[in-house]
Amino acid sequence: MTPAMRKFASAALIVGVFVFWELFCLVAGISELILPRPTRILAAFWEYAPAIWPHAWQTLYTTLVGFVCGVAIGLSLGVLIGSSRLAYDTAYPLLVGISSIPKVAVVPIFVLWFGAGTVPAILTAMIICIFPIVVNVATGIATVEPELEDVMRSLKASKWEILWNVGLPRSMPYFFASLKVAITLSFVGSVIAETVASNKGVGNMMMIASSSFNVPLVFSGLMVLAVMGVSLYALFSLIERRMAGWAMRKSN
Amino acid sequence: MTDDRFVHLERVGVTFGTGKTRTEALTPTDLAIKRGDFVALVGPSGCGKSTILKLISELLKPSTGNIFFGGRELGAKPLRVGMAFQSASLLPWMTVRDNVMLPLKIVPPFKKDYRAERHRAFRDRADALLAQVGLEDFADKSPWQLSGGMMQRANLCRALIHDPDLLLLDEPFGALDQFTREELWQTLQDLWIDRGSTVILVTHDLREAAYLANRICVMSPRPGRIVEDRAVDFVRPRAIDITFEPEFARLVQDLRRLIVGAPKPPKADAA
Ligand SMILES: Nc1ncnc2c1ncn2[C@@H]1O[C@H](COP(=O)(O)OP(=O)(O)OP(=O)(O)O)[C@@H](O)[C@H]1O
Ligand SMILES: [Mg+2]
Repeated sequence: MTPAMRKFASAALIVGVFVFWELFCLVAGISELILPRPTRILAAFWEYAPAIWPHAWQTLYTTLVGFVCGVAIGLSLGVLIGSSRLAYDTAYPLLVGISSIPKVAVVPIFVLWFGAGTVPAILTAMIICIFPIVVNVATGIATVEPELEDVMRSLKASKWEILWNVGLPRSMPYFFASLKVAITLSFVGSVIAETVASNKGVGNMMMIASSSFNVPLVFSGLMVLAVMGVSLYALFSLIERRMAGWAMRKSN
Repeated sequence: MTDDRFVHLERVGVTFGTGKTRTEALTPTDLAIKRGDFVALVGPSGCGKSTILKLISELLKPSTGNIFFGGRELGAKPLRVGMAFQSASLLPWMTVRDNVMLPLKIVPPFKKDYRAERHRAFRDRADALLAQVGLEDFADKSPWQLSGGMMQRANLCRALIHDPDLLLLDEPFGALDQFTREELWQTLQDLWIDRGSTVILVTHDLREAAYLANRICVMSPRPGRIVEDRAVDFVRPRAIDITFEPEFARLVQDLRRLIVGAPKPPKADAA
């Protein structure tokens, strides 16, 4: 299959799913309270757009702030752990342990400490995306081929120069791959925190809409989240291809 | 009396691992190399040739013995080492040119000018070297777009760019065809005559050793040691034609016999 055909096929599949959804609801006569049709969701989105925007901004804002903090912390921790054998051996098991805890369980703790609102959402978005970044960056740096390091050492490069010229570039594909995962996780984090403890954000809006049985609005919220998530994922894929294209070994 | 030993290995041995995985790579060996010399190191695979180069470039600490570097008196400028590794080890995220320029970024005194000069003098310098090995059209390519032999040539450029006092070459021409190889022999010889750096060349090709070196050290199978140390005094600059002379053929044959014959007595005796 040529790349153009592959793109067409995946676009057709996406459209097909929505068409099927629409037809299925129509033919089976499914109630709007259970599963609204895509056209109804779009209509609801249009209708409530002025009310949705502030919530969407809030969610985007908490997600991005949490994500940026998470990336900063994750990257520095990852570099630290990856560049020291001792730190790697000592901290890695702990890290894997912590990363397997469901992070949403800490939302109530954040609420306890900081009260309901924006702060727990940001913190949840942050904490949930730190670990994949740390683990990836640390792995990228710790698995640098000894031959590449030898090249630097034969030039009497300092540890810092080796890290800067070999360790960091080597870990970039791992880093960017983890960013794609991390941004998605950040969304999960902030939406869950908003659902549990906030009066703003798409998560909160969906909670309120569902308690008043405004199901099309609930699904509009979902759609907004999907669009934001997909766009950010696409953005980071693009950055990944730009910054770490060498690891994909494609000539163009 | 001045000490003309530039690099001096004194009873240097290397063992890898402990217990069951213990491998003796190098039995205590002495080797003294004069400044400006061109030494070839030949021997069967796995005898410790790369190990000796790694010792001299201080990538590896000797398990026993000491290594001394002459000309590194207190306050003297540190020894500049250029090393071409057996595996080309180019950094895949950089272009070929940037790979070649890497030592200029790390090694003093070039280091301090790197940012300023990067797009002018240093670039020209890298391009000139690349042209010398026939890679002028590949400077902007990524390493993985090169063939094995081309990577080795780029690797050689990287070893040379910072004008090293000591050049360590680990089978730099291994993946090249006969003709390119002979061409690069001449290039390397010219460079050496020009710059007068000290060269240690590890090779499997006895003709290469005989053509290029002033001195050939033959090693025994693992655990290696130097079993023969032979001076080669064909006049410089040597033309490729000398490889067809009887004297040259005799030298290569002698070396061959030393390596193939060294492990155990010929089979005919055992019968
Ligand atoms: N990192 C290592 N760990 C354990 N053993 C090693 C290591 N590096 C080398 N050796 C052993 O040391 C011996 C010498 O290795 P070396 O690479 O110096 O051989 P060589 O003479 O360069 O061989 P070749 O001509 O095949 O390149 C080998 O037998 C190898 O098994
Ligand atoms: Mg070797």
